[in-house]
Order: sequence, then C-alpha cells, then structure tokens
Amino acid sequence: MTSAAPARTHALVIRLPEGVDFSLPLAGPMLRFLARAIDFMAEMAILSFVSKIVFMLAVVSRDLAMAIVTILYFLVPILYGIAFEWWMRGQTLGKRVMRLRVLDASGLRLRFSQVVMRNLLRAVDSLPALYLLGGFVCLASRRCQRLGDLAAGTIVVRLEPSEAPDLSRLGLESKFNTLREHPLVTARLRQQVDPATANTALRALLRRDQLEPTARLEVFAALAEHFRSLVKLPEEIATDLSDEALVRAVVDVVFAKPR
Amino acid sequence: MILDLEKFTAAAQPHWDELEGMLERLESDPGRGFGELAGAQRFYYLYQRAGADLARLATFSSEPALRRRLETLVARAYAELHSAREADDSRWKPLHWFLHEYPRTFRRHLRAFWLVLAITLAGCVFGAYAVHRDQEAKQIILPFSHLLGSPNDRVAQEENRSGKELSGQKTTFSAQLMANNIGVSIKAMAFGMTWGILTVVVLFYNGVILGAVCFDYLRAGEGVFLAGWLLPHGSTEIPAILLGGQAGLVLAGALIGWGQRVPLGRRFRAVLPDMVTLIGGVAILLVWAGIIEAFFSQYHAPVLPYSVKIAFGVVNLAALIGWLGFCGRRTEEPAP
Repeated sequence: MTSAAPARTHALVIRLPEGVDFSLPLAGPMLRFLARAIDFMAEMAILSFVSKIVFMLAVVSRDLAMAIVTILYFLVPILYGIAFEWWMRGQTLGKRVMRLRVLDASGLRLRFSQVVMRNLLRAVDSLPALYLLGGFVCLASRRCQRLGDLAAGTIVVRLEPSEAPDLSRLGLESKFNTLREHPLVTARLRQQVDPATANTALRALLRRDQLEPTARLEVFAALAEHFRSLVKLPEEIATDLSDEALVRAVVDVVFAKPR
Repeated sequence: MILDLEKFTAAAQPHWDELEGMLERLESDPGRGFGELAGAQRFYYLYQRAGADLARLATFSSEPALRRRLETLVARAYAELHSAREADDSRWKPLHWFLHEYPRTFRRHLRAFWLVLAITLAGCVFGAYAVHRDQEAKQIILPFSHLLGSPNDRVAQEENRSGKELSGQKTTFSAQLMANNIGVSIKAMAFGMTWGILTVVVLFYNGVILGAVCFDYLRAGEGVFLAGWLLPHGSTEIPAILLGGQAGLVLAGALIGWGQRVPLGRRFRAVLPDMVTLIGGVAILLVWAGIIEAFFSQYHAPVLPYSVKIAFGVVNLAALIGWLGFCGRRTEEPAP
C-alpha cells in the first residue's frame, strides 16, 4: 500500500489498493528533538511530583519509599513514551505540542509491540549522548526514521493544519470578477486547477510587488497561459483581461467561497 | 467530475459521518470487531465510497480541510480493515503468556541463545585466564570495589556479619539491582541494532567479569562460598541477561538477514512480537532475581547455611530450565 520515491523524501506516499493516494509529511530530526526535549521535561515533572507523594511513605518505611523512588526513576522514562503513545494514538505530550504523531510505516494500526520496541530502542538511539546516533540515522534515512523506528516499522509525521489561505491581503472581495458570471467555467477551473499550481498562483500574487517588472510579466504570462490551456475561456475574458488580472480572477474562484 | 462542490459535499456528508462513527466505536474497543457480517459489509462499502470521494476531491484546491478530513478517514478505515486479524489476538492473557508463549518464543530462537551462551562462556574463559596470568588484571576487569581484595578476607568478613548490615535498606538495594540489571538487559537487546556488535561486547564483558570472579574465588579455595553467594540469585539473573542478549541477536539477525530474501521491514515485523515477549520475560525474571539477591543472597553461613543457599539456587535453576525447556510444548506448533 505504501510507496516512496527512490531518493530521500520528506513525505510518505500512501497508495491504497482502491487507487487513491495521498502523502504524509514526515517529521525531521530537529522537530523530533524538540518534542523529545518537551517530553524529557514532562518526565522530570512527573517524577518530581510522584516522588514527593511517595516520600510521604517514609513515615511508615523509609526503605520502601526509597525503593519505590528508585524504581520510578528507572521506569518512568521508559513507560512514559510507551503509555502515552499507546493511549494517545501515537502522541506524547511533546509530540502533541509539536504537532507530530507516530504511525505504522504501512498505514496499518500502530501495534503495541511497535510502541514498546521503538521506545526501548531509545537506549541505542541516544548514544553517545543527546540522541546523536538516532539523529544521524534519521537524517540519512529515506523516511526520517531513527533506529527504533526502523526496527518497529514506524514513522513520525507532521500534522499540518489545513487552514484555508488568507485571501484578504489580495483585496479580492472589493473587486468585480468577470469569471463569476460564467458558472460552468468557474466549476471547471475549480476542478481542473491542481492544488500545487493554485498555491503557486496565490504566492505569485502575494509577492507581485517584490518582483522585477520583467519577471512579473513573465511569471503571470506563464500562469495565465497554463490556465487558458486547462479551460476554454469566454472570448471577452480571454482577450480583454491582462495576464495578471486573469490569474487573480482564477485564484479568486478557486480559493474563495461562492458569493 | 464534480461541478457543484457544495451539492457533492452535502450528499456525501452523511456517509462520511457514518464511517467516522463506526471508526470511533472500533478504535475505542479494538476487540469489538464489526459485529455481524452486515456490519462489516457496510463498513467496507463506506470505506470504498470515502476513497472514491477522496479521488474525486483530490484536484480541488479550494477545500484543503475537507480533503484532509477525507484522507484521515480513509487512512483510519484502511488501518481498521487490514489490521483486523491482529485485533482479534490482542487480548493478553498473562498466565498463558508466561507459561506457554514465553517458553515457546525462547525455543523458536534457540540458536541465538546458544550463540549468546557461547559468547558469555568465551568471556568467562578470557576473564579466568586474565586473572590466572596476572593478578593485577582484577583491578581493570572488575568494576566492583568489594571484589578487588582477597577472596579469603572477604569470606571471613562476610561470615562474621550478623546479617543485619542491610537492615532498613534491603528493599532499596533490591530495587537498585532490578533497575540496573533490567537496564543492562534492555541495552543488550537494543544494541542488536548495531548489527549485534555491541550486544556481543556487553555479553562478552559480562562473561569476563563472571569468569574472573569465579576463578579468583576457586583459586582461593572458596568454591562453597562462591556457590552459596552466586547461585541463589545468579541462577535467575545470569540467564535473564542471556535472554536479553538472545533478543539482541534476534534483532541483529533480522537486521543482517542472512539467507533471507525478504525486505528489511518485513524481517523486523516478523521478529517484533518475539522481541517484546523475550524482553518482557527478562524484566519479570530480573525482578525475582533482585528480590532474592537483596533478601536472601546477602546472608551467609553461619546465619544461613551454604547448603540451603546452594540447594535453593539449584532448585531455582532447575525450575528455570524446566520452564524454558518444557512449558508450552503440548500446544507448540511443529517446526516447518
């Protein structure tokens, strides 16, 4: 079900048997290190809090209290990752803050044995210190996996917020758009323009004032040419609108909600 | 082709909601399953429908949130459908696991265990030879200060104790032993990811220490003390660390893939449950060993006769061999 490009990529492409495919953005070593740092602080906070409670037992038996604290200092760093990733479906507190999630590398459900193994193998990933080995392996790995991920068959993905782009900076609301008078053309544009091209057009419009005049003309000419090739535009729009105005009109109908 | 996105979304929304509801029920209780056949068929229909909707929506730039929601739904449904078999087996039965599953897992990887034992024995021979050749080698080999002196002095000192020296700190001592030994075993297992090189180093070094100590005490004529001191907890602790090493070599074997023509990911996937089983059993054994070492091994004759300690150790070792060698054989599948 999964496939990945031969070269190292920043996304894992999931291809379902039904022919649908989409990609999951992979988390790099720096983001993961920050999440781990947050988890380390959380572990210390848990240990400090629980130790204080356990030390109350010292009134009854100091030996027992010390034994429990010794065990806790050993167990909490191991069980923290296992418990959180199992109960919070691949997330620890640090991963939640950094918007990361552990997933099975084949898109299947994360199994308990995978969660246990990737957490136990921190013992080797953290060598010689500060997760240096794990970080280097992650950098070299095609799917940004540390050794624990490789053995457990897991990946860590970024949970990107899927917010609609901010069109207010383009001032489209106040401008008349001839394309909107042609619902069939509008519908075809919304269907034909792929997300990557739409985003390129949007970014070009947002940065148009920073472009050199010649470059600006070239960029919008290329984009307008592409849009004209996708959909047969009405004669008056194809001839009367400048390239830049056409791109603005297309971005308006592709991104904005119907008025 | 979708011409009116709003109309399309309105028509498909009830199906997506229904699929999401089924997913939430399944995910909250993985053992529940789909219930009757009709439920499974309905789930599969909704999954296929959501997949088709996602394919139709894939070219729409204007609805990233909707696309992301559908992608998540389809991925979750895919995971539920294809992981169903594992969910059925996910109810863990501790007693069955301990008495049947663990010994069977151990025997499945017996060759790795023999290799681990051979490496440790090689370390023992090396440690004994080093101390035999050079008495000063103890200073380098042994990490524990109480073992650096003369064995006869230590035996005399231990036998003069009343056994109350650890009073008030036995539980803490036991906890420290458990934590340290489980940590060493986890490392022996995790170091399998270095193609087993560091696992071999850990096991060999453990063997060197063991060999050096044993030779030192035997040469001094303190064999009975040695047996009485080491056997009660060592009969569990040493095999447990060997089992951790066994897990490490199993992991290394999957990484190297001798004579296997399956991809690396599949090799790891195949040994993963066995690794967790092996290391889980090691942790249990080391908890037991820690209790014995703190509450039993630290007492010596005349407080506790050596014959009792040695007998306890022998029974403990026999029980361990019986458990690993014979438990779960009746329900064992024949080797292919």
